[in-house]
This record gives sequence, C-alpha cells and structure tokens, in this order.
Amino acid sequence: MSQVAELNTLAVGDEIPEHDAGPITRWVLAMFAGGSGDPNPMHIDSDFARMVGREDVFAHGMLSMAYLAQLLTNWVPQDRIRSFSVRFASITPVNTSVRCKGKIIEKFEEDGEQRLRLELVATVDDGAVTLTGEAVVACA
Amino acid sequence: MAIDKKYIGVETEDRYIDVEAGQLKLFAMATGQTDPIYCDNDAAKAAGLPGIPLPPTFVFSLGNLAESKEFSIAEMGINLPAVLHGEQTFTYHKPIYAGDRVRLKSKVVDIYDKKGGALDFIVQDTTAHNQNDELCVTARTVIVVRN
Repeated sequence: MSQVAELNTLAVGDEIPEHDAGPITRWVLAMFAGGSGDPNPMHIDSDFARMVGREDVFAHGMLSMAYLAQLLTNWVPQDRIRSFSVRFASITPVNTSVRCKGKIIEKFEEDGEQRLRLELVATVDDGAVTLTGEAVVACA
Repeated sequence: MAIDKKYIGVETEDRYIDVEAGQLKLFAMATGQTDPIYCDNDAAKAAGLPGIPLPPTFVFSLGNLAESKEFSIAEMGINLPAVLHGEQTFTYHKPIYAGDRVRLKSKVVDIYDKKGGALDFIVQDTTAHNQNDELCVTARTVIVVRN
C-alpha cells in the first residue's frame, strides 16, 4: 500500500526514474528478431539493408517500445498500466544505446480510479528523439 | 501510388496463438529484461502472479507469431523496404499469462495519405481475447508507406 500513497503524492511535472538500455548490438537485433517474431531482414541482414539503399541495419521500433515499457514496469507493477502508445519519430541505428524518460503531465479520475498520464520519450546517444509516447497508469 | 481505399474494413479471420513461456524467456533475453518475473515461473508465482506475464508490448509479437496469416500489406501491392512503423497503441483490459491461448482479430480501419500522396498511412486495430473469451488487450498499429 505504500506504493499507492507514493503515486498519489506525485505531481504534474514530476519525473519517474530513467531507464537506460542497450547498446543495441547486432546480437541484440538477432535475438529480438527471434524473440519478437519479426522476420524483417532490414533489422538483421546488412547485405539486404545495403541492397535497398540503407547504410546498415537499424533497430526494430518495437525494441525501443519494449525499453519504454521497462521504464514503466521498473516503476509500477504492470497491472497498473491502462494504456501505452508511441509514435516512432526516427530510426534507431545499430550499436546505439537508448535512454528512456517519463514525466507526469496529468492527474485525473476515470472509471472510478485515480490515474496519472505520463509523457514518454526515448533518445539515442547523440540525443536524437527516436520515440515519443504516452502512458496512463492507475494510482492504485 | 495511393493505396486503394477498398481495403478499409478488411478483417482477418480469428487467429490463435498459445503463449509459451520459452518465447517470453527469449523476449526477456532480447530486451535485457532483468526482472525474473518475466522469464521464471517460480519468480512470477512468488510475486503473487498466476504465471509469467505477457510484457506490455508482446501482443504485437503474438500477431507476428500467430497461426495463419495476418492481412498482408504485400496484398496491397506495397513493397517491404518502403514500410515504416509509424505509431503503436495498446489499451489493457485484463492481463495475459504464459499458458493462455489468445485469439487475435485485426481490421484495417483507415487508409489516408499526406504530403500530396508522398506518404500513405494504414491504420489497423487488433483485439486479443483469452481462452475464457475475455477481452484482454486492444491494439492500434499505424503503418507508414513512403511512395
């Protein structure tokens, strides 16, 4: 119950603990292709990537979304998450690391419970924003 | 090349997938997940859960892994390298655990273009029900096609 009290005391503008993930090596991309069931060669076959005009493979967008999900589940139990959405803003190059951040932007009541709305962002090494998103989390 | 709007409303058949602990363990390894509840049944039980929970984004993977084909963008005459994942949304109703059998159904709900047809957008909604016919997750995927 202490966690409930903690969430209720958070205010708009408060940030949640950051989550750093990666580096996204080629091994990670191969594991994620299999682990997530995504056969797209664009993420694991550099010959294919070059053939279609890319310099190299790049990370699955859903890998960074999984990192943003870890930002949330490291902070609250997963069953508190009501919704989670992202927009993929730019490509995540291979061999970069991902920094995930979240900030409370609204406190509101819905379906008989107190909820928090968070703004989420993922950036890579050079500070480029790769994903932006939102999550709604129940306080209790 | 604009995508034919006749595809709006096209639905997949019901697609079934058994949620396997081994697949979730592989996903946990791939994503650097260090919390043992996501790969170890005993740790999940110790945390008061009935089993290993499906992580928040994994319904998307269930779509990749399910029996029978998803409605394929190839059928719309789109070539894979031109495709990017634009947006992804999940709304959670009930948790899914390893051992559950999930039924997925997807529908193309919108197709539109921007920048004078340079970009096409395909919006697809998916529902995931468990073996007790309870709605667990709804998902929306926006695919961007560069023409």
